[in-house]
Amino acid sequence: MSAAIFPRSYLIPLLTLMLALPAAAATVPPGTRLAQQQVLTRGNGNEPETLDPARARSDAALQLTRDLYAGLTGESPSGEVVPALADRWSVSKDGTEYTFHIRANARWSNGKPLTAGDFVYAWRRAADPKTGSPYADTFAILANGPAIVAGKADPATLGVSAPGAHTLRVKLHAPAPYFLDMLTEPVMFPVYRPAIKKYGDAFTRPGHSVTDGAYELADWVVNSRITLKRNPYYWDNAHTVIDTVSYLPITDEASELDRYRAGGLDITYTIPEAQLGWIKAHLGSQLHIAPYLSTYFYGFNSSRPPFKDHPKLRQALSMAIDRSVIATKILHAGEQPAYGFVPPGMSHYKTQHFTWADWPRDKRLARARALYREAGFSKDKPLHVTIMYNTGDVHQRIAQAIAAMWKANLGVEAQLVNEEFKVFLQDRQEMRTTQIFRSGWVADYNDAYSFLQILLGGNSINDTGYDSAAYDRLMQQGSQQQNPAKREALLEHAERVMLAANPIMPIYFYVSKHLIKPYVGGWVDNGLDHHYTKDLYIRAH
Amino acid sequence: MIAYTLKRILAAIPTLLIIITLAFFLMHAAPGGPFAAERPVPPAVQQNLNRMYHLDQPVIVQYGDYLADILRGDFGPSFKYADYSVNDLIAAGFPVSLQLGVSAILLALILGIAAGAYAALRRDSWVDHLLRVVTMTGISVPNFVVAPLLILVFAVTLHWLPAGGWNRGAFADAVLPTIALALPYIAYIARLTRTGMLEALASDYVRTARSKGLPARTIVLRHALKPALLPVVSFLGPAIAGIITGSVIVEEIFGIPGLGRFFVQGALNRDYTLVMGVVIFYAMLIIALNLAADLLYGWLDPKVRYGARA
Repeated sequence: MSAAIFPRSYLIPLLTLMLALPAAAATVPPGTRLAQQQVLTRGNGNEPETLDPARARSDAALQLTRDLYAGLTGESPSGEVVPALADRWSVSKDGTEYTFHIRANARWSNGKPLTAGDFVYAWRRAADPKTGSPYADTFAILANGPAIVAGKADPATLGVSAPGAHTLRVKLHAPAPYFLDMLTEPVMFPVYRPAIKKYGDAFTRPGHSVTDGAYELADWVVNSRITLKRNPYYWDNAHTVIDTVSYLPITDEASELDRYRAGGLDITYTIPEAQLGWIKAHLGSQLHIAPYLSTYFYGFNSSRPPFKDHPKLRQALSMAIDRSVIATKILHAGEQPAYGFVPPGMSHYKTQHFTWADWPRDKRLARARALYREAGFSKDKPLHVTIMYNTGDVHQRIAQAIAAMWKANLGVEAQLVNEEFKVFLQDRQEMRTTQIFRSGWVADYNDAYSFLQILLGGNSINDTGYDSAAYDRLMQQGSQQQNPAKREALLEHAERVMLAANPIMPIYFYVSKHLIKPYVGGWVDNGLDHHYTKDLYIRAH
Repeated sequence: MIAYTLKRILAAIPTLLIIITLAFFLMHAAPGGPFAAERPVPPAVQQNLNRMYHLDQPVIVQYGDYLADILRGDFGPSFKYADYSVNDLIAAGFPVSLQLGVSAILLALILGIAAGAYAALRRDSWVDHLLRVVTMTGISVPNFVVAPLLILVFAVTLHWLPAGGWNRGAFADAVLPTIALALPYIAYIARLTRTGMLEALASDYVRTARSKGLPARTIVLRHALKPALLPVVSFLGPAIAGIITGSVIVEEIFGIPGLGRFFVQGALNRDYTLVMGVVIFYAMLIIALNLAADLLYGWLDPKVRYGARA
């Protein structure tokens, strides 16, 4: 079966009614001999903090909840938004009201029917600050959402209702063309109310857990293994191939590689950077490296000296580093130098660059030196600055390289300060001691807004102190614009405004890295690095 | 004996209280809270989380509440693993650490005593010299070097055993971590036994036994071995505690779901309740094991009698 791909989400409001189309599932090419035993073992990084989709935050927990649960929309193996539990929907002319029709055969893993009321319950629960969902503000786009997320309104007033058992109506307070993409996020998945009522926080444990995705929870040994088995009541179970999947929490990348080589793992969570050369030489055909919608950058704290009111100084520093040296000499997996913030590959978005990105190196350096002088610094009166980063080998090497480039090209005296992760996060968020700090961002869904929103003035994620009325206005207009071309132009314009002010210094775009056994089929590299087990299969080997 | 045991147990209470107090305030003094993350949670959610875990109270009030909770045997909910309580996690992790620790200590005792006794009986032979080199190496090479080497040879190259994992303590999964954990202890016990044995063999009662014409086997097993093992027994208390609590590295490398991993991850995640729970549990365990070793020592060595009047 081939997966029918929807046009990008914001084309959808133009259509009033969608027809039922098959969603993504394992696509086994004709003639493929499948293995008798469809059992898969995947490395998963950390132990998940929870299997509650509303409270999941880490990669590990999100990956598991995507196998266990299904939402209204889903993702195809290549990352396109496709129908899932909702087989069709309609959107009001002004783009603020969605009506979803839930499949008649939607069921929970205990066989009970899944209804629109389950979504209403799950969304109110996740938006309620009492639940403690790290993604609660996802519901801020729904009517009354902001007040509920702020704890100032009753969650029952959230803009979602169930006029029929299989009809869900959602009211947004403003059009949000990325809404269908957001529905693929685990925080939007339904949860089984009777289990939560009965078991409270322990509703996610084996024996208590009831899910609606392609898999259900079979076993969970904390810090050892989580095993999922096929959910016979999943609406598209006929197209699932893998019967059992185990997720192993292996934090140490070298240990994960050993276990992969010894035959205990079919797919790794990542690979050890230091052994990339060996892996390329010996396991090259099993290595999957793909662009990842994620950016590594340094932030300038614009609320304190020396960067407060000094965009020229920030620009000088940004121009004086050689990103391609970092991307090719320190990193080796194919990471791309970043001259803009939103990574390439983002849907319906043209990658933006600094205006000087194409300049030859000499011209760039000459301009950097001139800006450095204009900011009042020179070889005799150098800038003294600290680069703060969380302890880690790669972070350290990058910081050393950048400090050396600044020293050689401008005469900057940079001091490196590394801190344990939690200490670093606190310092970065308090903005009292930071000057230049390491940061990174991963898209939650395939839309530029997911990236650009972190630099909105006053956003709690914005640790730079960047607060631009022009940027915020363009973002506001872009987020509500329903015309795809106009929206794209507005967001791109916002990024150019931001890049010109240099609140951040993008360094490189990440890549995803996995080792996958040759007998695993159905894997498609994609920018969000989401890989559902239901799309995979095991060939006879 | 009973009075002595009771006295030791009572003396443990202030020790435990000091440990709890120190750990509690040190943990809360560490910068960076349990909910700090790359993506901060919305402010209202943060407030609710703080309320749920009583972090909105002054630290001294939190301390009082915590003491009241542990008196009821409740270590509280884990900050990081939202679906589990600390009691659940300790109950799941400790049997694993215990199984691994007990196998390692048994292996260390069997091999260590046999090798040490044999070396003493063949003093200055090539076997003795070889064992000295091997044990010195065993003591000085750390776990984190031995474990990956074992994995490389037996799992990755020979494919005889798994490179990690713990399928509810299956034998194949336990072999390599047990060896990695036991190695330094085998070496240390062998050296202790050898020294003790040499002393015993040179003692008057062994000479008497020899002069009576007893067979060498009886002399060694019945007369020399028991006193030779005294230093091993006094080492055993701290060794068992060390092996059960100190398997952190081995658990991490082999992906074993024991208590050690919770301890390390708990500290990194600022999982206050989990770290406190494991600290208290470990403290009680160590106190109990030291007491048990002392009592065993008294039983083995008639010169030591606890609680008896002089």
